[in-house]
Amino acid sequence: MKIAIVDYGAGNLPSVERALRKLGAETERAVEPRQLETARAIVLPGVGHFAAFVAGLRERNLTAALRAAFDAGRPMLGICLGLQAMFASSEEAPGEAGLGFFPEQVRALPTTVKSPHIGWNQLRQTRESSLLRGVPDGAYFYFAHSFALPASAEPTVAACDHGFEFAAVIERGSLRGVQFHPEKSGQTGAHVLRNFLESIQ
Amino acid sequence: MTLARRIIPCLDVDAGRVVKGIEFEGLRDMGDPAELAARYNREGADELVILDISASVQGRGTFLDTIHRVAEQLNIPLTAGGGIRKMEEGRAVLRAGADKVTVNTAAVERPELISELSQQFGAQAVVLSLDVKRKGNSWEAYTRGGRDATGLDAAKWAAEAVSRGAGELLLTSIDRDGTCSGFDCELTAKIAQTVPVPVIASGGASTFEDFLAVFTGGQADAALAASIFHQETRSIAAMKKFLAERGVPIRLSR
Repeated sequence: MKIAIVDYGAGNLPSVERALRKLGAETERAVEPRQLETARAIVLPGVGHFAAFVAGLRERNLTAALRAAFDAGRPMLGICLGLQAMFASSEEAPGEAGLGFFPEQVRALPTTVKSPHIGWNQLRQTRESSLLRGVPDGAYFYFAHSFALPASAEPTVAACDHGFEFAAVIERGSLRGVQFHPEKSGQTGAHVLRNFLESIQ
Repeated sequence: MTLARRIIPCLDVDAGRVVKGIEFEGLRDMGDPAELAARYNREGADELVILDISASVQGRGTFLDTIHRVAEQLNIPLTAGGGIRKMEEGRAVLRAGADKVTVNTAAVERPELISELSQQFGAQAVVLSLDVKRKGNSWEAYTRGGRDATGLDAAKWAAEAVSRGAGELLLTSIDRDGTCSGFDCELTAKIAQTVPVPVIASGGASTFEDFLAVFTGGQADAALAASIFHQETRSIAAMKKFLAERGVPIRLSR
């Protein structure tokens, strides 16, 4: 059984692919709905613009397939923009609908801090987390984003602070999401990906 | 919870080899880029930059392959650039395994390039390289590897590049580059106060104290250096420990 990495036309797909394969996972690039139906789990990687992301999914008829996978309880991991796309909307692209697994809106980082938030930052775990199992407190992860989901959002299990407290890790049911880039976060990031792979065994 | 200051080794690459410019001598071979990248990844580098400084067309042809070989070794972010003129060249660099693309000369000649790259790949993937020389009380931007003066005020050009969608600045002091006299902290602080995006300081580093100075007085978000790391005389891990002991927020784990 393969892990489908959603290829919406942009993004840092090769890095995510390489990181998962190094951990022994079998992956394929999903460009059509059929591939999501048979996958063991789905990874939504993402960098770039929210509007380009949702348009890329729509053009490949992947939006409905992802919603169906969500309804079926298939394991899913959103990374960076992939996490943001799981929510209803984003200030980055007013009027564009996200996947809508959760009702909240993604917000712009405030102008009081440097944006994009680029670099290694620490998490504050707020609830028990399967992705962060065995990760030491205060571990650093690599972030690169200008928008984020306020940590008050219901599925938040770990928060980070840059201008406001935002969701760094979300978990609910079979859904997982990380605002940082585990594939770029050294050994700690690999640990998080390994936890994800173990959770879908 | 603190955003760490980043230590970024830089690989200057010509025809698939890491090189170092030596005054009156030309280029000296410093090793294989993938091998050096693997070492930096292991030693705790926070990020890596790879710049194509090839003068020849043949040299350029191998750059995408070099990016791919380097990216294979990393689980940290990679920025690549040097001679990128079009959006499609930026896409090729990202597809080869880089996370960010850096532009300089072509962006000065046609600032729309920054907007195009940013709209396509996001501001976090676009780094403006700003090579500057002091000119009285201000700094002037240079292109073509520091050869051509642009007449542009560095602070003004930085602000325009950011408004067009550059997500980071790689700020190099040409006056200090290769001198081992330390970063130009006055320059770094001035630009860091002007723009709302992270600033990577470059040019002149030789000691741990230089890095401490650029993170404190210089207000840099990250600091880049090439040759001081290549020769294994100073390890990144030792430098990070030095900085952490002096109160600079640093990522010590790998």
